[in-house]
Amino acid sequence: MSTEKKRTKGEILLEMKDVRIEGFSDDKWHQIVKGVDVTLKRGEVLGLIGESGAGKSTLGLAAMGFARPGCRISGGSIVFDGIDLLKSSEEDLRKLRGSRIAYVAQSASAAFNPAHRLLDQTIETALDHHILDRGKAESDARDLYRRLRLPNPDTIGSRYPHQVSGGQLQRAMTAMAMSCRPDLIIFDEPTTALDVTTQVEVLAAMRDIVEQFHTAAIYITHDLAVVAQMAHRIMVLRYGKEVEEAPTREMLKSPREDYTKTLWAVRKLQMHERPSDDIVLRVHDVTASYGGEITVLEHVTVQVPRGRTVAVVGESGSGKSTLARAITGLLPPLSGEIYFDGKPLPRTLRERDKDMLRRTQMIYQSPDTALNPRQRVRDVIGRPIQFYHGISGQACDRKVVELLEQIELGESYLDRLPGELSGGQKQRICIARALAAEPELIICDEVTSALDQIVQEEILKLLMRLQEETNVSYLFITHDIATVQAIADEIVVMYQGKVVQQGPKSQVLSPPHPAYTELLLSSVPQMDPDWLTQLLAARSARSTRVPA
Amino acid sequence: MTAEAGDIRAIKARRGRIESAWRVLKTAPFSAWLGMIIIAIYVFCAVFAPWIAPYGEAEIVGNAYQPSSAEFWLGTDQIGRDIFSRLIYGARNTIGIALITTLLSFAIGGTLGVFAAIHRGGWLDQILSRLVDALMSIPTLIFALMLLAVFGKYIAALILILALLDSTRVFRLARATAINVVVMDYVEAARLRGEGLGWITMKEIVPNIMPPLVAEFGLRFCFVFLTISSLSFLGVGIQPPTADWGSMVAENKSLITYGNPTPLYPAAAIALLTVAVNFVVDWFLHRTSGLRDEH
Amino acid sequence: MHPIVRTVLQRLGLGLLTLFIVSIVIFSALEMLPGGFAEAILGQSATPETVAAFNKEIGLDRPAIVRYVEWIGGILQGDFGTSYAGAGGNIKRHVSDLIAPRLYNTFFLAIMAAVIAVPLALTLGVLAALYRNSLFDRIVNSVTLTTIALPEFFVAYVLMFFFAIKLRWFYSLSTVSESTTFLEHISRAALPAITLTLVIIAHMMRMTRAAIINLLASPYIEMAQLKGIPRRRVIVHHALPNAWAPIVTVVAFNLAYLVVGVVVVEVVFVYPGIGQMMVDAVSSRDMPVVQACALIFAATYILLNLSADIISIITNPRLLHPR
Repeated sequence: MSTEKKRTKGEILLEMKDVRIEGFSDDKWHQIVKGVDVTLKRGEVLGLIGESGAGKSTLGLAAMGFARPGCRISGGSIVFDGIDLLKSSEEDLRKLRGSRIAYVAQSASAAFNPAHRLLDQTIETALDHHILDRGKAESDARDLYRRLRLPNPDTIGSRYPHQVSGGQLQRAMTAMAMSCRPDLIIFDEPTTALDVTTQVEVLAAMRDIVEQFHTAAIYITHDLAVVAQMAHRIMVLRYGKEVEEAPTREMLKSPREDYTKTLWAVRKLQMHERPSDDIVLRVHDVTASYGGEITVLEHVTVQVPRGRTVAVVGESGSGKSTLARAITGLLPPLSGEIYFDGKPLPRTLRERDKDMLRRTQMIYQSPDTALNPRQRVRDVIGRPIQFYHGISGQACDRKVVELLEQIELGESYLDRLPGELSGGQKQRICIARALAAEPELIICDEVTSALDQIVQEEILKLLMRLQEETNVSYLFITHDIATVQAIADEIVVMYQGKVVQQGPKSQVLSPPHPAYTELLLSSVPQMDPDWLTQLLAARSARSTRVPA
Repeated sequence: MTAEAGDIRAIKARRGRIESAWRVLKTAPFSAWLGMIIIAIYVFCAVFAPWIAPYGEAEIVGNAYQPSSAEFWLGTDQIGRDIFSRLIYGARNTIGIALITTLLSFAIGGTLGVFAAIHRGGWLDQILSRLVDALMSIPTLIFALMLLAVFGKYIAALILILALLDSTRVFRLARATAINVVVMDYVEAARLRGEGLGWITMKEIVPNIMPPLVAEFGLRFCFVFLTISSLSFLGVGIQPPTADWGSMVAENKSLITYGNPTPLYPAAAIALLTVAVNFVVDWFLHRTSGLRDEH
Repeated sequence: MHPIVRTVLQRLGLGLLTLFIVSIVIFSALEMLPGGFAEAILGQSATPETVAAFNKEIGLDRPAIVRYVEWIGGILQGDFGTSYAGAGGNIKRHVSDLIAPRLYNTFFLAIMAAVIAVPLALTLGVLAALYRNSLFDRIVNSVTLTTIALPEFFVAYVLMFFFAIKLRWFYSLSTVSESTTFLEHISRAALPAITLTLVIIAHMMRMTRAAIINLLASPYIEMAQLKGIPRRRVIVHHALPNAWAPIVTVVAFNLAYLVVGVVVVEVVFVYPGIGQMMVDAVSSRDMPVVQACALIFAATYILLNLSADIISIITNPRLLHPR
């Protein structure tokens, strides 16, 4: 292809200067991106990292000269290969998009049109922009599918989006972006919606193809370890401003800014495991089902020691949340027993008395849906106090304030509505609501996964401190291995409704592992930029060794 | 310390509510303000009809079909009653009956809808939902006509029939909205806490389904009001001598062929009110849904 | 069996079931008749003998199930029973004979209104969605918000007052008979058709606009824009194949609404359709006629919604191409 020659390293491809983008809300224009400079050379991959609201997706789209409805690019300049995008006509921009700058969206299942076949969507731009004729475009698309290691590359193109899996769709979308051999691809959180074991394959496929065609890319993500694998350089964004920018290895080794350091520090939170034989909850041989033939829990046995944390890890569909529902009585098990303090618990919620209910509390993944938007903090935390302990009026208010102080929020939060709180504050209120019952066990269902990294760490620290103070036990359900490493005393690994492995943290995390644990643990991206390369080398070595 | 906090809250909360209500009202567009003013005027007329109207509701005060004059502002009708006075009394009758019907329809449909949502998939929910599907597959006006043929033209029958038919739509909305709330984690949290059904319904579910139901109340009121007017116009709704806008149109309809616009007045009175309510509801929906498709 | 065939059959079955339930509901209206109904119907000619004869004639002495089977069996053969008008006397008037010519008139009017309203409303709705927030969109939005709330008879009389009485462009009363020619029929039904058009167009337009805006907000439409696909192709190739279901639903919903609007409009313009007939029958409590009309209206309504459902199903790519 003729463009191949132009791809010489060192030449500047994209230059964004002092870019300002505004969004419209509450009848006013607000700045989302507040003057950011981005320079990208040919063939270079820049990682854009930041928490939610940092403006990274908005900035990524601006590199295509595109602003979402309700947003506008209000200042600065964006020059792509000598073309000033902000001064170009919509028609000129359209001709650039897809053919020279391509986009890979976060949710492939939503970004593919359900009415057309994958192949037709893959080659649509190439045909429309008269870059290739149909025959060539189709054979090229099949070649791309093969390079991206999609199964059945010759026939998968004739399928419809809803007929293939999420990880495959994401790779098909990369093929679609690649079909015109663009100079630049914007990857917008392409693996965020995927399970960790699927993520590895998709990351590897995307990295390889970008290298093969020497394409420049902007890789947007909130996951540091992921960006470390993909990018040559990393830029950290916060509140629409650049915090710092450096080559990947340098950034990982010695971050300069405090904010960046705190992002790194999350990974360092590490609790030592504390063995204990005082069992507070024992789930014995439990099998459960949502009706029908499929059992979502099969002969699961789990023990939670008093004052300790047991982490249940697994990917979506592993049955870890169902385990919580079985324990709480929302989903009565088909067989098996649940013992609390050595005494069997009735199977259904209805049969359990108030005191049994009080002793197990629950904290949810999304604090937005876990708090009634119409109840004030005073009522949210006050209700369990009133309900379980019969304390009301001023005495109740006094308890609420004590709890608020315990979770590091003050009396001033008494009359706030959930809508007036940040995500982290809401999760703290949920913790206080659980604590108000004075429970012996708290089930934490993915409590940090909806939060930004720094907030995650604060919440985890708070939970640890509260455990020391009240000797409460945690059953901590999560898909995030880093969190497990940080806080667990014991680990239960689940896969397809079964317990694959369980034991003290040190034992589960150190080899040898059962096959699934091995796959799961090895798939968790590490901060090391060579991690993915080494992992793939190790895996291919093993797969060639096994048949031999 | 806490007592003080309580006092502070009471004051703060109350002021906050009035303040925020005022702040919300200030952002209302012109159309919503216009709607609210028109509704206020209608309500005023309905409440104080006997004091405002120059003549009585069914009082024969002159000859038939007198043109408008200083004495009879809008002229007289087919048996010599003052049309302006009857228009004012009509506000009381037509709006009053429509309001009672809508309230009844919400009482029935709302209660059953929330109940069905909580017991989703249960036998009662199944039966209610199937029944509502069947009832909704007969157009309301047609169904009402048929039932009025059976039960005769009584106001009580009219109110009951329309309330019952309209409650099917309220049931659908209440059920659908409540189902979205029932699946929320905070409802599950209340169940896990061991709260009773009554508490969960009143404290967790009902407050969260109010905004769409309030907007729906406006729309259902318009619908009921228009249906009653149509039935009265067709001669099977509110019966003479009660002053009612729909039947006033019907009583004077022959005038229009002579180029006399009298029947248009009561019709316009109906139209103006429904337009006003629609303006207010439209604004309310925009606010509460957070959907601002302007941008 | 292909899942789409199965889904369509399921939907058809459900539609038939609904029709069945509705027929029972309509039939049982007769069961709820209050006492003294015969006296009320027969009025001055009510003597103990005629009342007894009347009650026997409408079959109140036999079990309800038997009468339902007879009734529905007759209807399936096109026989809707005998009118009460002149009941107790010697002249029997078959409901079917009364309904047939009027049914033609009503469908004539409804189809005429639909032919004007549907293309107009869809075009305006799609344009308003495509040029969202333009002056055109804003004007259309406020005009439709107003007209949506107007009662049919208000629109009807305003049109009649200005266009028939003052300007004399149209007939003010739409009297037609069997001898009226097709073109004559159109010109006489013009004003009622325009009224109906105005009544449903606002609703249909707003719903179309909302459906299209909703569709255009889909991530795959943004993706198509980011792929550099021309706007026209985005609309035709990416939006349209997914737009059939919402658009058909909107059309069916509003045509069903037309069925109701027709009643009032026929009365205003004294147009001899079954709407007017039903109103007269309600006034005189002529139950067989009322039931026949109600059943026809309800069946039309159900069939319209059923066809919308089926079109939505057969255009759904997820069902067309199962896993």
